Amino acid sequence: MTLRNRWRKTLSYAMLSLTGVCAVVAVCILFLLLGYLVYNGWRSVDWDFFTKLPKSPGETGGGMVNAIVGSFQIILLATVIGLPVGFMAGIYLSEFGGKAFAFLVRYMADLLNGVPSIVIGIFAYAVVVVPMHGNSALAGGLALAVMLIPITARSTEQFMSSVPQTLREGALALGASKWKTIATVVVPAAYRGIATGMILGVARIAGETAPLLFTSGNNAYMSSGFTQPTASLPVMIFLRATAPYDDWHRQAWAAGLVLLIGVLFANIAARLILSRGIAIQK
Amino acid sequence: MARLITLAFASSILLVTMGLVYQLWVTSTLPRHKFGFGFLTSSMWNPVSGQFGALPFIYGTVITSAIALLIAVPLGVGAAIFLSELAPPRISSTFTFFIELLAAVPSVIYGLLAIFTLVPLMRDYVEPFLKKPLGFLPIFSGPVFGFGYLTAGVILAIMTLPFIISISREALLEVPTEQREAALALGATRWESTWQAVVPYARLGIFGSIFLGLARALGETMAVTMVIGNDPSIHASLFAPGYTIAAVIANEFSEATGDLYLQSLVGLGLVLFLLTIVINAMARLLIIATARRGSAHP
Amino acid sequence: MKKSSFWLGVLSALAILLAVAQAKVLINAAGATFPYPIYGKWFEEFAKVYPDAQINYQSIGSGGGIRQFSAGTVDFGASDMPMTDEQIGTFKRKPLHFPTVLGGIVPAYNIPGVTQELKFTPEALAGIYLGKIAKWNDPELQKTNPGVKLPANEIVVVHRSEGSGTSFVFTDYLSKVSPEWKSKVGVNASVSWPVGLGGKGNEGVAGVVKQTPNSIGYVELIYVLQNKMTYGSLRNAAGVFLKADLESVTEAAASAGKSMPADFRVSITNAPGKKAYPIATFTYLLIPSKIDDPGKKKALVAFLHWMLTDGQKYAGSLSYAPLPNDVVAKEEKQIALIQ
Repeated sequence: MTLRNRWRKTLSYAMLSLTGVCAVVAVCILFLLLGYLVYNGWRSVDWDFFTKLPKSPGETGGGMVNAIVGSFQIILLATVIGLPVGFMAGIYLSEFGGKAFAFLVRYMADLLNGVPSIVIGIFAYAVVVVPMHGNSALAGGLALAVMLIPITARSTEQFMSSVPQTLREGALALGASKWKTIATVVVPAAYRGIATGMILGVARIAGETAPLLFTSGNNAYMSSGFTQPTASLPVMIFLRATAPYDDWHRQAWAAGLVLLIGVLFANIAARLILSRGIAIQK
Repeated sequence: MARLITLAFASSILLVTMGLVYQLWVTSTLPRHKFGFGFLTSSMWNPVSGQFGALPFIYGTVITSAIALLIAVPLGVGAAIFLSELAPPRISSTFTFFIELLAAVPSVIYGLLAIFTLVPLMRDYVEPFLKKPLGFLPIFSGPVFGFGYLTAGVILAIMTLPFIISISREALLEVPTEQREAALALGATRWESTWQAVVPYARLGIFGSIFLGLARALGETMAVTMVIGNDPSIHASLFAPGYTIAAVIANEFSEATGDLYLQSLVGLGLVLFLLTIVINAMARLLIIATARRGSAHP
Repeated sequence: MKKSSFWLGVLSALAILLAVAQAKVLINAAGATFPYPIYGKWFEEFAKVYPDAQINYQSIGSGGGIRQFSAGTVDFGASDMPMTDEQIGTFKRKPLHFPTVLGGIVPAYNIPGVTQELKFTPEALAGIYLGKIAKWNDPELQKTNPGVKLPANEIVVVHRSEGSGTSFVFTDYLSKVSPEWKSKVGVNASVSWPVGLGGKGNEGVAGVVKQTPNSIGYVELIYVLQNKMTYGSLRNAAGVFLKADLESVTEAAASAGKSMPADFRVSITNAPGKKAYPIATFTYLLIPSKIDDPGKKKALVAFLHWMLTDGQKYAGSLSYAPLPNDVVAKEEKQIALIQ
């Protein structure tokens, strides 16, 4: 073999190994970071964390029951507002969409998807917090809903569009109205994908912190309604991590682990639902 | 009838988006009237004297995103090449599964990890290591804090990596095997066929992934806020503390006293909004172009 | 099957919410991080005495307290920095200032290898925060601390990133002792800091100093004590080097007690007196002069009375100084002004 060819071969091995290194590094970062979180979180989580309220600075102990319940409250609001709107909008785009208007809606949905969450927080502040004269779970829920709507709409549209046209035509040929076709034929056929999209969307907003900072704020106690400031896990993690108290750091790790498990669980569940659906279809 | 109902919901998306832009515009009139275009070019952020300029934050946002891309793009594209070309399908899909989980991790958790792992690492090892031989360069000069542009850039890189890998990998998988085989048939090495035949074919999708990663990095709030050091000035050194648009809004929005202060923060939000729209639009154009090209080529 | 599990989910969510809803008076407050440790304690203890009220205090900084108070998004605010006439003029709700405790702001530092207490002259402190003194072994610092081996490391300066009453008091002190600081930077809750990193809240500054070697930050005393951090002594106006403690902080207010204006807005930094700590301050609750909700008004008035009597007993254990007696008497009278 000529020298040049030997060089080319060596280079080939070297560069390809390098790409392998890149992939290994990427996955290692994941495992190292999350492993550290799991290690610290596991040591820090205790029964108190899930049942007690936070204590004043300097005192050890206490928990984050208000943040856990508060996160549930806010996410519930966001899903109740965001999922139906996104779902219906997605149906429109895939079943009824004309050319121009549907294009505009799609474009705006993608635009909204790309807006940084803190800017959406500003919007929710102006629209809910200012008129209501105070932080509230409602404001936080609305901010998250605004993020959830385009995600849900696009994924609903995507999965509805992938349902073969023949199914629709069959139903229509049998005399069903357009609405009946959609409700009883198309949606059930696409429901796995739609459910996946919804779960992934909710998992994404569950971890959002920035829009909650000045909409739902924080609360030292359980929030007794949607119009009161409400504690949430992500905000508590932020506040506890940046403080000097070691016990607060411990709480931040515990909260981080709980949040991570929730988010990853939802993600893995969604993917499993989707892949099972595909396997069944095959 | 059904059409009308769903139409109403679909138009809500339009309404919300337009409402968002309107709110941002209307709630930032004071700084626009007072400073005009100078708002974007002034580097003075002084709530005491009522001087508000966006430049330090634009600078911080751009620099941290640039560092993030500089690290994440080679790493990400390299990993994507490995996963699409070389790895056996089982390894490829397992690796991809885990990397996509990285994308689902919330920003505040990255921030939490960054404060306790990355900041000490940067402060005690990486930054001094860079400073020793390269300290004469302005970007590596000055004291080492741990908090600062470089650390924020690194955590952003870690957050952007999954997007670049995932989308680039898909773009590379779309490349028809004929391309690869043709190059190999002509005597190219494996690497040469990958680098000179396959990757260029997928370059639009790869660029699209880079722009998408950039758009995400620009808007990232929590992880950056927790490690950037919160200093509203422009520094040449990467070791120095700085500020990004998203971080200053997160820190100062609840407490901005006075309308001009609050509206200046909203004005910053508007700048960020416009910036991310432009980058996102470019990303989408590139990704659409890839799809078209994929179907157009014989 | 899917439908029923959905409704089950909704019902359980509602159940959670109903279980949580209570018929209490909910009071929201926000403001200074400086007194957060004692306010947290107070609201907890007060809830035992007056169970019908729940006071939710968010420590976001004095700037935030003033802003949220004036915007009406909280029922009362808290600030180390008294509001200026200008500010009061523009606010829709007229505030009554109620001093609660006295505290001291200390220079906390984290220097590897230095566990001794350092002495800081006003010139040194101003020089560090102006960026003129860049290294720990600077002659200005070394000459005041001859027995300590200070390393040649760069000083990492930490200040507040948001509008802070603690910053206000600190810059007020620096302006009194350093003409250069006064002209270059000035006094305010949020200034243009010549150097340094920003931390959010007293908690954030303490957090950064605790983790960052060679750093210095100005922090309220209790945060430093609770986190076992090292802090230095300051030379006061009478030339004595003092550490902040109950005695020195109380002394700083001694001269202020008699000359206290009717609205309690006063600065006690760099107070005269041999035993007076130079960076001490009152911290205030901002209570609206008119409260519409009768339940909230009753609860707040009860709290203020409690704070001025039983509440003061908790101050010492958290290293805050209780209010001088004549100030307490004047405040009791001010409570009657709340409509």
